[in-house]
Amino acid sequence: MSVASTTPRFKDNVHDALNDQRLQGALPHARNFIGRRADAAARLPEFDALRDSARAIKDHTLAHLDLYLEAYERKVVEAGGHVHYARDSDEAVAIILGVCKARDARVVTKGKSMVSEEIGLNAALEREGIVAVETDLGEYVIQLRGEAPSHIIAPAIHVTRDDIEADFRRLHRDLPPDRDLSRPEQLLGEARAILRDRFLSADVGLTGANFLVAETGTSIIVTNEGNGDLTQTLPKVHIVLASLEKITPTLNDVAQILRVLGRSATGQDMSVYTTLSTGPRRAGDPDGPEEYHVVLLDNGRSATLGGPFAEMLRCIRCGACMNHCPVYHAVGGHAYGWVYPGPMGAVLTPLLIGVAEGGQLPNASTFCGRCEAVCPMRIPLPKLMRRWREREFERRLSPPLARAGLRLWAFFAKRPALYRLAVEPTMRALGLIGRRRGRFAWLPLAGGWTRGRDFAAPQGATFQSRWRAKSGAVK
Amino acid sequence: MSARDEIFASIRRSLAVGPVDAPRRDAVAARLAQAPVGIVPRRGQGEAAERLATFRSEAERVQTTVAEVAAAAAVPAKIAGYLRENNLPATLRFGDDNRLADMPWGATALEIARGPSEGDDLNAVSAAFAAVAETGTLALVSGPDNPTTLNFLPDNHFVVLFAEDLVADMESVFAKLRLACGSGALPRTVNFITGPSRSADIEQTLLLGAHGPRRLHVMVVKGRS
Amino acid sequence: MSESQAAKTQLRVGLFVTCLVDLFRPSVGFAAVKLLEDAGCKVVVPAQTCCGQPAFNSGDRADAQAIARRTIDAFAGCDYVVAPSGSCAGMLAKHYPELFADEPDMAIKAAAFSAKCYELTSFLVDKLGVTSVAARFSGVAAYHDSCSGLRELGVHDQPRKLLASVEGLRLVELDEADVCCGFGGAFAVKYGELSDAIVARKSDKIVATGADTLLAGDLGCLMNMAGKLQRTGKPVKARHVAEVLAGMTDAPAIGEPAEGEAK
Repeated sequence: MSVASTTPRFKDNVHDALNDQRLQGALPHARNFIGRRADAAARLPEFDALRDSARAIKDHTLAHLDLYLEAYERKVVEAGGHVHYARDSDEAVAIILGVCKARDARVVTKGKSMVSEEIGLNAALEREGIVAVETDLGEYVIQLRGEAPSHIIAPAIHVTRDDIEADFRRLHRDLPPDRDLSRPEQLLGEARAILRDRFLSADVGLTGANFLVAETGTSIIVTNEGNGDLTQTLPKVHIVLASLEKITPTLNDVAQILRVLGRSATGQDMSVYTTLSTGPRRAGDPDGPEEYHVVLLDNGRSATLGGPFAEMLRCIRCGACMNHCPVYHAVGGHAYGWVYPGPMGAVLTPLLIGVAEGGQLPNASTFCGRCEAVCPMRIPLPKLMRRWREREFERRLSPPLARAGLRLWAFFAKRPALYRLAVEPTMRALGLIGRRRGRFAWLPLAGGWTRGRDFAAPQGATFQSRWRAKSGAVK
Repeated sequence: MSARDEIFASIRRSLAVGPVDAPRRDAVAARLAQAPVGIVPRRGQGEAAERLATFRSEAERVQTTVAEVAAAAAVPAKIAGYLRENNLPATLRFGDDNRLADMPWGATALEIARGPSEGDDLNAVSAAFAAVAETGTLALVSGPDNPTTLNFLPDNHFVVLFAEDLVADMESVFAKLRLACGSGALPRTVNFITGPSRSADIEQTLLLGAHGPRRLHVMVVKGRS
Repeated sequence: MSESQAAKTQLRVGLFVTCLVDLFRPSVGFAAVKLLEDAGCKVVVPAQTCCGQPAFNSGDRADAQAIARRTIDAFAGCDYVVAPSGSCAGMLAKHYPELFADEPDMAIKAAAFSAKCYELTSFLVDKLGVTSVAARFSGVAAYHDSCSGLRELGVHDQPRKLLASVEGLRLVELDEADVCCGFGGAFAVKYGELSDAIVARKSDKIVATGADTLLAGDLGCLMNMAGKLQRTGKPVKARHVAEVLAGMTDAPAIGEPAEGEAK
């Protein structure tokens, strides 16, 4: 059972988000990524060609995923690691709990992992009396607040500096209450000191993986803080939790994709730490974990391969799509109601939790196309959202009134003569009614529009009727 | 059927392939063996001097500081000087790397500690396995020579880079690793480090020293050690 | 060149007027005709209804295909099909072949049709080589790039180039000109609150330019933005870029009453 969603009440979430003044004040930060990405892309002449190269590598990999998985597993075992397979969230949680319990683990430090959100890992650990400590600063902040991430790269983008100070004061109770926390550096310093203790005392460190390399049996994380590294180097056990599609054939293939990942995400040519981990510590190593476990999660990926939504498996979780999305900018990530927000969330969510529960998201798009324009892996996000709409239409999942309205329009659109008969008098009448003000403050069935906007009145007779009158006959 | 079996069956069903398909297996084996190189940007390419200039320029963009020294023997004094100038304690830790151990530390007043860090060290020095000109990145490899903890726990991280180890791109580092470790094998950890640790999670304000080092200082040794 | 020779080389351009222009603002259609005729084209207007995008975008593939078939047949005799809308032109030029991906014969027909479909300003500048228009318009205008035109068809420089030649018109750049206005067709009604929030930001950006006129190439976007500007009492008037380029700005701006009518 994947973690629960509030996606069916998306419109209510939107309403709440739009009326949340604090959130609205924090949301503009997401726009900062736009200029940074553009600058980074402009500075590298080969950027667009690299996107095509990255796409080709992923397509090839997905078409041979079974074989690369076999190769990857062989290499991990050769290096002294363990590979576990989880069909769904419950299995993944059970495997991780098993590894933790076998070592009597009390504290698990975590690097940022969206897949761990997907399976609801933290709650499961807590239920078993194991303390899960998020160490990515943004994840730590939202863990203190009991919130989920609202962005896949910058999980606390919705939180203000004031919020963070208030939470630190509330929860870091052993520190002097009169300490100065007015500057961000002070907040960072406090988090660093507190988390440093956690790093050093953790029994198990769990990270995600940006790549799982078949050539060498290596897991790769891409971070800026160094928390992922401390998480996976200091404890005795390192668990890597990753979904199947992270498999990448070779290190040289990774180098291709890395060149578009950081630039697309934050505008960085390289993140500060790109770390390759292969198996546990070797004989003679003075540091490193004694055990290395990789938990591979399916949870819907294998069923997506080769199907109409397979292109979504190319996603490298850079966040560029949501950084450029007008819907995301308006309401932030929590409104989407599940783990993955923005355009990639709109396509992925119905895949992972079903279209009945997740179907609102692909509908809540204007198809402006900015997401597709910036996706480093050239995923045709609007097309895939439209495909979800087709599924919903076939299954009659769209709201009946909207469906009826569109069917009515299509009925007339297929019959030009009837169309003319219907629209001519209607537009003349509306034109007459609206003549005085030039616009309507309200129209039946268009409340969604007219609540906040006026609706222009038609000019009266239609173009085609005037054209016919002018030039005699329509061809 | 185990989870593993089911997942593989599901993948093969979705792709409409069988487990024994020679052309597919050949394609995969070929790619793994040849590890074809894709598009390598021009940025990091060029002769040694050009690569060094690119490395410096890219590294400084991300708040790494870069100094050039004529010989390995000059490193200890350089580090001692840096610590003094920045009002930092004259302590330093490093691993078993002979290239570091053989340097004249005794000629300085530095208090030297050896081995992996337990979290109490302010300053550490590592010798890089290689560096990437294209992005101003250092490549460090785990093991007793340069323990991984030295890359993350101390506040100030010094990295000695021998100029002949500065290559154009990441692919060249992978080639070096293949030579050093054998095909298809890697040490426990390879760190590619580009600048000091940072976070922008507090209202998008860029702050250095999130969990890893606040300062990253690279000393490029021009002459042979 | 003799008249018969001119007639032979004259392009036969089918105007795809778009349902919004047809129903709500015929003046845009007449402006498009004038621009095309001034550029030497013979303009015809086959009986038409819709490009099928509402059905297509709501997942009703069958209806979209049926509408597309009719459209393709209606414009069969034309050398080119030109629409004063990036959104409809995008549907015709980019999505029609996609609609018939499973029907090879129809796909070929659709591809041939799509190849002759253009957005108006792109057709004038890119295809016909028009570099200027003989219009005047006194005012300060901000231009909004409609998403489909921009991202599907590369419409960006063309309208600006032509607007630069309009005497008396000062074009000011709109911050976030390439960001969606929140229309999105049915989205504006289905997700009205969300759409409203997006257009509110757009409206602020427009007002911030100090322009008295808003221009764009898509009537849906214009009606959306005008509706927000008017509801919030902003004095900016919205017109379709074709109307200004054709020098046909006597009609009231979008959503504005005729002269002499009470406001």
